[in-house]
Amino acid sequence: MRAMVYRGPYKVRVEEKVMPPIEHPNDAIVRVTLAAICGSDLHLYHGMMPDTRVGMTFGHEFIGVVEQVGSSVQNLKVGDRVMVPFNVYCGSCYFCVRGLYSNCHNVNPNATAVGGIYGYSHTCGGYDGGQSEYVRVPFADVGPSIIPDWLEDEDALMCTDALATGYFGAQLGDISEGDTVVVFGAGPVGLFAAKSSWLMGAGRVIVIDHLEYRLEKARTFAHAETYNFAEYDDIVVEMKKATDYLGADVVIDAVGAEADGNFTQHVTAAKFKLQGGSPIALNWAIDSVRKGGTVSVMGAYGPMFSAVKFGDAMNKGLTLRMNQAPAKRQWPRLFEHIQNGYLKPNDIVTHRIPLEHIAEGYHMFSAKLDDCIKPVIVPGA
Amino acid sequence: MPYTANHPPRAESNDELRARIPGWGADLDPKDRPSVPRERFDPSATGAHWDFPERQEEKWPRERSIEHKFLTPVFGTSSPPHGLSGVLRKFAYAKYSEGRAAHWLILLGADRVDAIESHLRSFATTRPDNPITETGVLSEFSRGGISSRFGKKRVDLNHQWIDPILIAGPWIAAVGAVVLGVRAIAKR
Ligand SMILES: NC(=O)c1ccc[n+]([C@@H]2O[C@H](COP(=O)([O-])OP(=O)(O)OC[C@H]3O[C@@H](n4cnc5c(N)ncnc54)[C@H](O)[C@@H]3O)[C@@H](O)[C@H]2O)c1
Ligand SMILES: [Zn+2]
Ligand SMILES: [Zn+2]
Repeated sequence: MRAMVYRGPYKVRVEEKVMPPIEHPNDAIVRVTLAAICGSDLHLYHGMMPDTRVGMTFGHEFIGVVEQVGSSVQNLKVGDRVMVPFNVYCGSCYFCVRGLYSNCHNVNPNATAVGGIYGYSHTCGGYDGGQSEYVRVPFADVGPSIIPDWLEDEDALMCTDALATGYFGAQLGDISEGDTVVVFGAGPVGLFAAKSSWLMGAGRVIVIDHLEYRLEKARTFAHAETYNFAEYDDIVVEMKKATDYLGADVVIDAVGAEADGNFTQHVTAAKFKLQGGSPIALNWAIDSVRKGGTVSVMGAYGPMFSAVKFGDAMNKGLTLRMNQAPAKRQWPRLFEHIQNGYLKPNDIVTHRIPLEHIAEGYHMFSAKLDDCIKPVIVPGA
Repeated sequence: MPYTANHPPRAESNDELRARIPGWGADLDPKDRPSVPRERFDPSATGAHWDFPERQEEKWPRERSIEHKFLTPVFGTSSPPHGLSGVLRKFAYAKYSEGRAAHWLILLGADRVDAIESHLRSFATTRPDNPITETGVLSEFSRGGISSRFGKKRVDLNHQWIDPILIAGPWIAAVGAVVLGVRAIAKR
């Protein structure tokens, strides 16, 4: 089969690989029909995540058709069209039974600090991912869902991560009616977080980025006010001015480990890997939120330390909430919102790229060329 | 407004927002939010029909965090450790917990070693690594490398110039070292 393969920082190629076998009675093998590249994949691509091995196939956002099932699989059969959440999880451990699917204890031998994620380094369990023609899906009775007939493929694909994560991020913000919500980052996660904030009754939603074409999307798709932080000397002061010097009630970090805006922080983290992640956006979030407010962190950071302004968070009495999103838990409610016409997830998809051209897809998305927001990968195209 | 007890006044009322934004307030009631509360005990919700999963076969000694009691019943089987990077990785897992910086620094170092080992090994195959196609850098031409960057207020240009140096630098250094080595031998 054809599969994307990591060859070292900034390098990927498509190779002929052996088909993944069934390794466990509750495994399924899924033939991938659509996959996507996520901002998280960029952290791997740039070599920031420890134990990212040459030869691994990335890809944690994918949908497909069941090709083969293990002996104990009850809920799926060959030929079913399925959407697969980005989390690998067992459904039975201490964490899974409490709904913390992204924190499963039974699927990641390499680390206790993170659950299992498809195609996301050995630190997240060493699973090959879905930027490929076929993928092994463990716990087939737990993770995947059959795609409802009315749901379009690209919309289902967005539910496997970006939409579920943005929606989850807004929930962790504990938004109350009329709250002012600031979202750092106008990538897929930030756009969906901004959109979701309205569902939860925000009175005002502000999105911040430095890429004008993404801010344009934040205005049209997410109905948000926008600020280009490159236009201001100090975006934190700008947020204070915008909120009558109180600060925002809720701030969402949808940027993560490669945040820009401060050369030293970015370069020490993203280029020289001296920090687990560049905490620029997170620090801006801590400084922009009001005292007693909530910061919801959806941006991903590596396991090493980062220079976070913890003292301010403490003195301001902030609530910091964060997690990898338990994607499937969001689906029933998201389906309602999609059916009601409140959300049209694939509005953010900008590029559809054949698997064979994935190296160009990675470069384009990484360097933010051609107004790229969300690239979708099409195997067999 | 002076610092008083009030929330800054809202520009738009609920009705105005409802008219402007599809679905405004649909999840106003926290009961409608699927992850509120974040922890909710419900073993029947997941589809699991086991108390503890059956164990996947361990086909090679699988490296694992010493903060785990045992090898987890299910695990990924991508890219088993090999070469010097494999030795480093196994050492990082066997010796240091996730709480230790050494654990992560050795793993990061092993990643760099892995990339070099793999590039070298690729030269002995029918498909050597090709930095041009594998970096996707040709999309600079097809995807507007210039028009996407210039005349915009992007701040990431201040470090993007480092990328080619990080990527090509080691190759140039390697070629340079070979040239110097050959010259030194030729001079003898
Ligand atoms: N928690 C989860 O479950 C989860 C799931 C998916 C993605 N993520 C993480 O969310 C983050 C965003 O993902 P994405 O797919 O939207 O990525 P993306 O790279 O497309 O978007 C990030 C955006 O942040 C902008 N940005 C950079 N520095 C900034 C700053 N200082 N202030 C404001 N904006 C800034 C960038 O210009 C870009 O538009 C990543 O870190 C990713 O790993 C987390
Ligand atoms: Zn993702
Ligand atoms: Zn579990």
